Parts: sequence; structure tokens; C-alpha cells
Amino acid sequence: MATDARTKADNRGFFTRTKGINRLDWADIITYLYLFLGTLLMFGPVVWIVLSSFKTEAELIRFPPRALPYRQETVVVEGYEDPLPLFEVPMEDGSTVQLARVRRVGLEAQMVDPANPDEIIKADNTQIMPVEAVAFEVSNYKEGIQSFNFLRYFRNSVVVTVAATFLTLFINSMAAFSLSKYEYRGRNAVFIIIISALMVPISVILVPAFLLITEIGWNNNLLGVIVPGAATPTGVFLLRQYMLTIPDDLIDAARIDGATEWGIYVRIILPLAGPALAVLAIFSVMWRWNDFLWPKIVLTRSENFTLQLGLQAFQGDLQVQWHLILAMTVLTILPITLVFAFLQRFITTGIATTGMK
Amino acid sequence: MTLKTIKSPLNAVRKPLNSLIDFLLTGSEFLFAGLQRVIGVRGMGYFFVLPNLLVFGIFILSPMLLNFVYAFTGSDNLFLSDRPYVGFDNLERLFTCEDYFKVNSCREDLFIRSIRNTALFVVTQVFFMIVVSLITALALNRKIVWRGFFRSVYFYPVLLSPIVVGLMWRWILQENGILNSFIVTLGGSKVGFLSSASWTRFWVVVISIWSLMGFYTLILLAGLQAIPDELYEASSMDGASNWRKFWSITLPLLRPTMLVVVVLALIRAVQVFDIVFAFSGGGPGTSTFYIVQYIFRNGFAGDTKELGLAAAASLVMAITLVGFTLIQLRVRGADDAL
Repeated sequence: MATDARTKADNRGFFTRTKGINRLDWADIITYLYLFLGTLLMFGPVVWIVLSSFKTEAELIRFPPRALPYRQETVVVEGYEDPLPLFEVPMEDGSTVQLARVRRVGLEAQMVDPANPDEIIKADNTQIMPVEAVAFEVSNYKEGIQSFNFLRYFRNSVVVTVAATFLTLFINSMAAFSLSKYEYRGRNAVFIIIISALMVPISVILVPAFLLITEIGWNNNLLGVIVPGAATPTGVFLLRQYMLTIPDDLIDAARIDGATEWGIYVRIILPLAGPALAVLAIFSVMWRWNDFLWPKIVLTRSENFTLQLGLQAFQGDLQVQWHLILAMTVLTILPITLVFAFLQRFITTGIATTGMK
Repeated sequence: MTLKTIKSPLNAVRKPLNSLIDFLLTGSEFLFAGLQRVIGVRGMGYFFVLPNLLVFGIFILSPMLLNFVYAFTGSDNLFLSDRPYVGFDNLERLFTCEDYFKVNSCREDLFIRSIRNTALFVVTQVFFMIVVSLITALALNRKIVWRGFFRSVYFYPVLLSPIVVGLMWRWILQENGILNSFIVTLGGSKVGFLSSASWTRFWVVVISIWSLMGFYTLILLAGLQAIPDELYEASSMDGASNWRKFWSITLPLLRPTMLVVVVLALIRAVQVFDIVFAFSGGGPGTSTFYIVQYIFRNGFAGDTKELGLAAAASLVMAITLVGFTLIQLRVRGADDAL
């Protein structure tokens, strides 16, 4: 068996040849180098954002930046109300001691030994080094959630994503059922018109679509974001192709047994189309969670913002508040990352087999 | 034992849940059985396609047609009854230049710039996207350990929102960012990646490839795996070199997949907007100002709304996209005929 696979693999040629790990040749080494480098490039930026989001403001503007977030150690010293920052102070005899700084006066720092709080020791401010420890600061998250109105945006994003996904699955699957299992005049015309919309993205019809939303009165209404995108050509196409593989005999048999058309749809077609529905559900969640341009046009009042809108507006409002933006960015990618972590194999194979996005 | 205790609460929910679903389904069946009695089986066929068709007709099909109305009418009024007919004025305005070699002499120089920027972006981005995705797909197609893991790694950025991607890279590339710190550590001096026009253009291409290549890699990988092994075996017997196999088997057989990938990538690239909006906002100056941003600005974001111009620009873009698709169908038809 193993030798069979080996010869088969060896036949595939330079770029496509596949080999066992036992015998690494230079092509394998290059492949692994490439893939590991790629992994670094793909995850690196995200890891860097996550690490940065736990840094204090002072740490964020530091150049060159340090990989991990640090925080200066502080001590509570008797006789002082606030905790005092701790420094390493070089002494005249060459040793260093840890002292807390009471205040700085020009170049001079007035230090105090935490163990002996009555005596003030003077030191050169340029000579002392802060005592630091790795610490993940959550204050960015706390402050961000308050000033950014995270929960409100999160709620809106969840409402849009969940409602739109259910609506999409529902109307697309009904249409796909009709287009794959019924014979009627105009069926092919309907299918072709729907599919032709694959080339017409929303960015091409922004102005008239906005008019319709205004006429209906869905400005600043989540419905205006949820409904228009629900009739996805991709979804109808994907589900129809899948339903074509469901044998007609099954439906005929059900009819003979007295099932209604609706009964056939909910009890036979929907359960059998499960895998295709799951793929479409993943797509829909991805599209809706990340959607920006259309929501940006429909939703103008900040209480209706989704996370993406909030994030973008937040960045415009507060030019350089990177500490908050970073924390909110991490919170925004967290749900989708969790979904990915649990469903990654399913997602990648689903997309590879359907070739759609 | 432990398994049982974990499962039991789920099972406790499952039973009432199932009967609830069953109850709802039976209820809906009863409801729609009445409808079926009125409209018949054939009528139900129409009924099933109706909701999707309604949403589609109202929010996609009719805007497609209304877009023409906007493109040929003027004023900043959204409502159609208040928009006077202006004929080809809007389209003419978009393309009028005193001297076609000087962008500044064009009436809508911003539009011409956006077209130029978009064309440059589309060509470079699609080309490098295909190259990088193909190399990655070839690497993933080899017999390697952790193949599933690596495949997922490249796909992860596809899931991130464009706004997040834009912000993330802005943080990395900023003046005091981590990339500049690497450069300084290696003995260079800081580069203003976000203040130089050509650097920003370069990074927009890199970032968009970074965020989307996983998707195209997956499609190409599926295409590679569909190539039958027998072909490689036969050519090995004939003594074909590895390069020869790549050029004579892999690439020709990958052609249909490649075509799909190229067209999908083109259609997406023409619509580039949100990543750039978050990353550079179209700047510095107008160096990364693309056509969708032009539409957005004229229709929704500017001080004066030029809906006619926005719609005319949409029309230009729609024609381009339809053109790409027709070329694809043409090439595909030629392939099928072979």
C-alpha cells in the first residue's frame, strides 16, 4: 500500500509531486519553508493587533515597540495616597536598588525606599530605569466598551446577521425548490435573470436602491439592511444545483402518500439539502457580519450602527485613540474567529467544492 | 459514564424541541394545504419562487433599471419626479477633458483619476493574486503534513471584515509601527508608508491580496486535485521532466479553474472599496481613490449630492463588469467547443 502511494506520488512531477515526510528532499524543504512563512504572514498581523490591544497608551506610542505589553510596577508606600511607580536606581557603589518615585523636579527625581518611607533619596532622572512586568491591560477594553457603545453595535450586528441569514436561507431554498422541481412556463427565464445578477453587485445600484429604501421608509432601520440582500443569486444557484441531485421519485412517492407540496418542502427537501444550506448559512453569516458599504448608506444614526460601521466611525471621530480602536477591533474579530476555529475544516471544504463566495 | 452525564441535558432538551418543531411543521402544513387547494400544485410552484422573486425584483432588478433614469437626469434631488431629463450630460461630463493627456483639464478629474487608479489596481492586484494563489495551491497540493491546518491558515484572513483588515494594516504600517521598527533595527530609516502615494498604492495591493488569496487558493487547489493521477503516471513512463509535466499537464488542465478565478478576481477588484476606505481613506491626495469611492462620494458622502454623476459612474462600472463576464462566457464557450 505504502509503496503504491509513493510511486503514484512520484509521478506527479516537480510542482505537484507529493512525498512522505520520511524522505525530505529540497523541494519539500522549500515547500515547508514557504508554508511556515505564509503562516507567519497570515497570523502575524492578527497576533500583533491582539498584543497591541493590551498595551497602555504610553506603551503604544513607544518606538521601537516591544512584542509584549508591559506595565510599570507600582508600590503602595506608607504616607502616600496613590501607588508610586517603582524604578531601578543605580547607587554610587555600583549596586542597584528598587525605589519608588515620589515626584520629579527637573532632572532630579525624589525617591523613597518602600521599606523606609521617611527618608527621601535624590537621584538623577535620566539614570533611573522603570521596573516593568508583562501585564495585559484590560482598561482599553473597559474604556472602549463604554465610549464605543460596543454592546449596542454588537446587538445590531447580531440582529442583522441572524435575521438576514434566516431570511436568505428561507426564501432562497423555496425558490431553489421551485426552480429545480417544478415545470412551469418562464421557469428558465426566472433562473437566468436571477443568475445574471451575479455580475451586478450592490455597489453598482447604490443610488436607486437607496431611493427604494427611502420610499419604503427603511432609512435607519435594520430592515433596510436585512431585506435587500436576502435574494442572493449565489444562494439560489448553490441550492438549486444541490436540489437537482435529489431524486424526483422521492417527491412523487410522497405525493402518492398524500403529502402536500409544502409538506414535501419542509419534510423532504429541507432536511436533504442540509449540507448545501449549511454552506450557504456560513457564507451568509460571513457576508452580513462583515458588510460595510450598504449598511453605511442605510444607517446614518449611530444607535443603529453595526460593528463595522461603529469601528469605522470611531476611527474617524477620535483620530489617534489607537488604544481603544485596537481593543474594539479585537472584539469585532472575536466571534468570526471562534466560528472559524470550530468550523474551519467544514468551511474550507465547502468553499472548495462549491467555488463560490 | 461521563459521556452520558454530558449528553443527558442535551437529550432532555432535544425531545421537547423536536416535538415543538414537529408541531410547527404540522401547523404550517395545515395552513399551506388550504392554499394548495386554492391554487393547485402548479400554483405552489409559483408560490415557492415568489418571495425570492419579489425581493429580487424590488431591490436588485428595479434598481438596475432605475439606474438608467438617474444617469440621464440631473439635480441633487433623490425623488425621480423632481429630476429633469438631461440626456447624456452626466456621461459626457465624466469623460470631457480639454487635453486627454492632462488629468487636471478634465471636468470631472476625480472620476478620471479614480478610473486610472482602479485600472492600475485591478491589473496589478489580479496578476499577483493569481501568481501567489497558484504557488500556494501547488504547495498545498503536495503530500505534506498538516495540510488541513495550512489550508485553513491561508483562509483565515478571508473571514475578517475589510474594515478590520484596513485598520489592522494601518496600525502595522504607521510611522511608529512594527514594520518601521524592523526597518530601523536592520539599520534603515523610517518610511512614511501612509504618506507616500506610491507606497500606499503598493500596500493596498498587498493588503487586498493578503486578505483574499486564501479564497482563490482553495478554488485552485480543488482544480489541481481534479487532475487525474493517470496523466502524470503516463507522462512519467514517457520520461517527461517535471517542468514538462507542469507546463503540459498541470497548467492546461487547470485552465477552466484559472478562468473562473481570474474573472472572480477581476469582478472583485473593480469593486475595491471598504478595505481602502479604512486603510487610507482614498489618500494621500487621491492616490488610492477608486471608482466605488467616487460613486459613494457623489451619491452619499459629499456636501453636494451629484446623484446623476454617481449613477453614470455606476453605469460605466456595470458595463465593465458585464464585459468581463461576457469575455469569460466567450472563452469558456471556445473551450467547450474544443
